Amino acid sequence: MSEKRLVRVFLVDDHSMFRAGVRAELDTLTDDIEVVGEAGTVGEAVAGIGHLRPDVVLLDVHMPDGGGAEVLRQARKAFPEVVFLALSVSDAAEDVIAVIRAGARGYVTKTISSQELVTAVLRVSDGDAVFSPRLAGFVLDAFADRPGAAPISDPELDLLTPRERDVLRLLARGYAYKEIASELFISVKTVETHVSSVLRKTQLSNRYELSRWASDRRLV
Amino acid sequence: MTAVLREHGPVEADIERSVTSVDRQVAVSGEPRVTRRRSGRAVAGVAGGLADHLGIPVLWARVAFTLLAALGGAGVVAYGLLWIFVPQVSAEEPAPEITGRERQQAFGLVALGIGLAIGAGTLAGTVNGWVAGATSVALVGAALIWREADQGQRRKVRGAVFGGGGRSAVIRVLSGAALVASGIVIFLISSIGLDQVQFALLAVVAALVGVAVITVPWWLRLVRDLGEERRARIRTEERAEIAAHLHDSVLQTLALIQKQAEAPREVLRLARGQERQLRSWLYGPSGYGRGAEGLAGGSLAEALARAAGEVEDTFAIKVQHVAVGDCELDDKLVAVVMAARESMVNAAKHAGVAEVSVYAEVEPEKVTVFVRDRGKGFDPEAVPDDRHGLADSIRGRMERNGGEITLRTAPGDGTEVQLHMPRAKVTT
Repeated sequence: MSEKRLVRVFLVDDHSMFRAGVRAELDTLTDDIEVVGEAGTVGEAVAGIGHLRPDVVLLDVHMPDGGGAEVLRQARKAFPEVVFLALSVSDAAEDVIAVIRAGARGYVTKTISSQELVTAVLRVSDGDAVFSPRLAGFVLDAFADRPGAAPISDPELDLLTPRERDVLRLLARGYAYKEIASELFISVKTVETHVSSVLRKTQLSNRYELSRWASDRRLV
Repeated sequence: MTAVLREHGPVEADIERSVTSVDRQVAVSGEPRVTRRRSGRAVAGVAGGLADHLGIPVLWARVAFTLLAALGGAGVVAYGLLWIFVPQVSAEEPAPEITGRERQQAFGLVALGIGLAIGAGTLAGTVNGWVAGATSVALVGAALIWREADQGQRRKVRGAVFGGGGRSAVIRVLSGAALVASGIVIFLISSIGLDQVQFALLAVVAALVGVAVITVPWWLRLVRDLGEERRARIRTEERAEIAAHLHDSVLQTLALIQKQAEAPREVLRLARGQERQLRSWLYGPSGYGRGAEGLAGGSLAEALARAAGEVEDTFAIKVQHVAVGDCELDDKLVAVVMAARESMVNAAKHAGVAEVSVYAEVEPEKVTVFVRDRGKGFDPEAVPDDRHGLADSIRGRMERNGGEITLRTAPGDGTEVQLHMPRAKVTT
């Protein structure tokens, strides 16, 4: 994909005020992103995504009729090329893990700054994952080896490599990808690879711990 | 004990009624549950309810119970069991109409059923005449008591006939039960003879068991009513709690924000503080979603979150805090939290940024906390000696408790304070 590509974004949120705010921010801040449509319900969202085929869907987690996870379930199979970035006020662990496991490529909270949101949208549209510090913390916690953890059935999926752990830790400490790269003496591309791999494991690992963890622990 | 009330209307109407009587207790498959009729019944509405459920005229069901009663009393037993275990239909259901003829027919069938049961027993020689008499008396007593215990019926009888309170009803039930028991005992003793004492004892035991059986439906109903009442109360209390909380927090803050609309910094501070509070109430370890179990609190993550919140409030900056793992606070960890708080304050005061990141990781053998900003940074060598914050509050506190601190900073390159504290041996 070339540098000049215009990223077409679709907004899904049941608060029209929030949609308007995001639209205004994205329009004024950057020329790389175009908001092509928006929806306030699960049904509208699925129809709109099918009709407009955006590059990135900014998805609210909490909506009536099943929320973001339901949109993901209905739209993701039919339109595998559409990328989802979850955007929510909720920092509850089970919500975060649920949308990630349903197929979102990243998770950011609504308090994120506009510039960071632009960066996050561009990043997921390039196929990378976006982990907020909090999500990084959740995932680290979920994969931690604690007493009573489920046995590892598939080491490929159920364990993080030491390097992935390092990357996640730095993410949780608030480091940007570039800062992580220079800290670990690796390239930004390698950081992105590690994060994508962690995302894949978070989505696919069958470790009992992961789902139980999310419902057991409701962190602030 | 069978009952007939009336010839039924079209079968469809009956089916429809049993479908609309489906309440919350609907089985997973969506099948309507059998319920007993509340009105339009002779004894307890079992036959009527069954007829509604199966979509047959109620007379058939009653005749079937009567005929079964002749077979060693099977119909009576079946009716009693259904009476106990089938719930009554909810009070909102429309009541079918009853005519006098149907009522007479129903009571006639009831009497016929009892007579058939006793007669068949006597003929078959399984019970002698005395026992049959005792049984019939006991049956009538039991029928009266069960009728008394029936929820809807109890109210009706009390209002129309006795007009007494709940206490007299209880006394009536108890005395009725005593009468049944003594009746059985007297019949058994007189029929067998006083010399056979063990038979008398056996009869007493049988009578006691009878009383226990008699009161079973009453207990079942009591438990059912209690559970329903408790659920309703919990719902009401929950609603009141949410309303009170929203009023105390969100509405007050919104009012304050309206007043302070001219001061963006103050609005920001209020909004942030309220957001944090609401968030911890909704999702926090001791919050609404968790019940009261976490109220004892005092874990490292909670203490750090509190410290971060205080700094946010005081300095109107954003503190992004993440904790991986958690553990109970002890003296050493309190020192870590204090040191971390001081680091956040330093960053807020001197770094000149809007956001500070805090990350805490709890491992089995140590706790690490990072406080980081992307601000000005400074030269540690150039800090004047009279500035005590870093030296005393952070380094001193950590070292006194056996921990250590690493500082990474340079002018223009942000600051990161790393706090390391080994954990006490006794861990969870």
